[in-house]
Amino acid sequence: MAYSEKVIDHYENPRNVGSFDKNDPTIATGMVGAPACGDVMKLQLKIGENGIIEDAKFKTYGCGSAIASSSLVTEWVKGKSIDEAQQLSNTEIAEELALPPVKIHCSILAEDAIKAAIEDYKAKKNN
Amino acid sequence: MKLPIYLDYAATTPVDPRVAEEMMKSLTMDGTFGNPASRSHKYGWQAEELVDIARNNIAELVNADPREIVFTSGATESNNLAIKGAAHFYSKKGKHIITAKTEHKAVLDTCRELERQGFEVTYLDVLPNGLVDLDVLAKTMRDDTVVVSIMHVNNEIGVIQDIAKIGEMCRERKIVFHVDGAQSAGKIPVDLSELKVDLMSFSAHKIYGPKGIGALYVSRKPRIRLEAQMHGGGHERGFRSGTLPVHQIVGMGEAFRIAKQDMEKDTKHIIELREKLWNGVKHIEETYINGDLESRVPGIFNVSFNFVEGESLIMALKDMAVSSGSACTSASLEPSYVLRALGLTDELAHSSIRFSIGRFTTEADIDHVIGQVNNAIDKLREMSPLWEMFKDGVDLNSVQWAAH
Repeated sequence: MAYSEKVIDHYENPRNVGSFDKNDPTIATGMVGAPACGDVMKLQLKIGENGIIEDAKFKTYGCGSAIASSSLVTEWVKGKSIDEAQQLSNTEIAEELALPPVKIHCSILAEDAIKAAIEDYKAKKNN
Repeated sequence: MKLPIYLDYAATTPVDPRVAEEMMKSLTMDGTFGNPASRSHKYGWQAEELVDIARNNIAELVNADPREIVFTSGATESNNLAIKGAAHFYSKKGKHIITAKTEHKAVLDTCRELERQGFEVTYLDVLPNGLVDLDVLAKTMRDDTVVVSIMHVNNEIGVIQDIAKIGEMCRERKIVFHVDGAQSAGKIPVDLSELKVDLMSFSAHKIYGPKGIGALYVSRKPRIRLEAQMHGGGHERGFRSGTLPVHQIVGMGEAFRIAKQDMEKDTKHIIELREKLWNGVKHIEETYINGDLESRVPGIFNVSFNFVEGESLIMALKDMAVSSGSACTSASLEPSYVLRALGLTDELAHSSIRFSIGRFTTEADIDHVIGQVNNAIDKLREMSPLWEMFKDGVDLNSVQWAAH
């Protein structure tokens, strides 16, 4: 399958690979996907007191598009508020990376990862 | 070194230059371009002679009678002709067919079609090593079983089925036994004068011959009858009509002749390279060979690198042409049905790479491959949340995954 240059760039030089301590109260963790489906994404956001995303890291098990989608998302969410990050849609990700139709689910997964992380953050705050 | 390094010999092989040279002699006005069915002139007679020589070479590799070789367009057609042809011809005796879940699609899909036509098909499970359980097979055989189709060597994992035993079992019960030999002929000895095999499919392009040509062995003793699937001028004793493609047949004949002549040398070469490859990657944690370790051909080497997804691994292995059992390489999004039939977990099925080594693979190729595989696994595991969880001692089976 021929990938776009952007996918290859993110795959070859993934941004923000790594992990934060998930027990840290300022860290939001979203883990989505399943090994059975061939993709698992873990997205972690470091959220400041003002609700601004200060940093982001990811780890992804999946195809090149899944890795590129999560890498791109970590770049995009930095500096955004939770509400702004919540608005990011899979179509923007798919468009930016020029994903072929069979890989659209990778961008959906990346969107789900953001939402899952924000939910985790809200749950942590409520506790 | 030619990049990417070709390690997909189980998919197809390059035509051996010795084969290409022979083929070129049967195309142009200066060559033997005639129609072998033309009985009235020299062009036809000469073409027929080349076909006869090729047929002899093919028969010799598998120790058959040349009159038992029927040319087809490839192993897919041979499988269709064998299974449909025998099932239709013997349908008065019964309508039950047995095959295995790890067969090639050309067998499985042919069986599906026969189901639509009113036949009943049993798809046997295989053991975790990929081999058919002969006790289960014996219990599955019935009075109305007319055809058993089991492949000799599996195209994804390289395991060799015990076709000698299965042949005995079928012969005792007078069941027609078909073997898909696309991945075995020319790589391991096949002696059809000993084996109780009634029908066997062959392909040229898996052993350095051209694509688009294959053959079906149809036993004469006992005499196996088939209903033709392609009708026309009655070529190939009525089994398969259509003008014989002389250059293709010459190529297949030469490829089979060379395969017999060089089998020992090729096998030794491939075993050495396979060992070298395995020695270069086996220290990588959580690495598994798929399929039986003893009953296998050396050229097909299917390995799972746990916690690394197959397609991203293929992307990282950009200097080599290999195939993966992962979903993402196909449109279906299902991991390899062969690996699933072995009972592999989804993670391991998604993490598999098939390296297939051949006549033209070199030591330098394998050295380069070893380096790149090690680097790729390091990089991708660094990025893998599953690897991180495994290293933290999390049992991945205990995690509630949301399937999507």
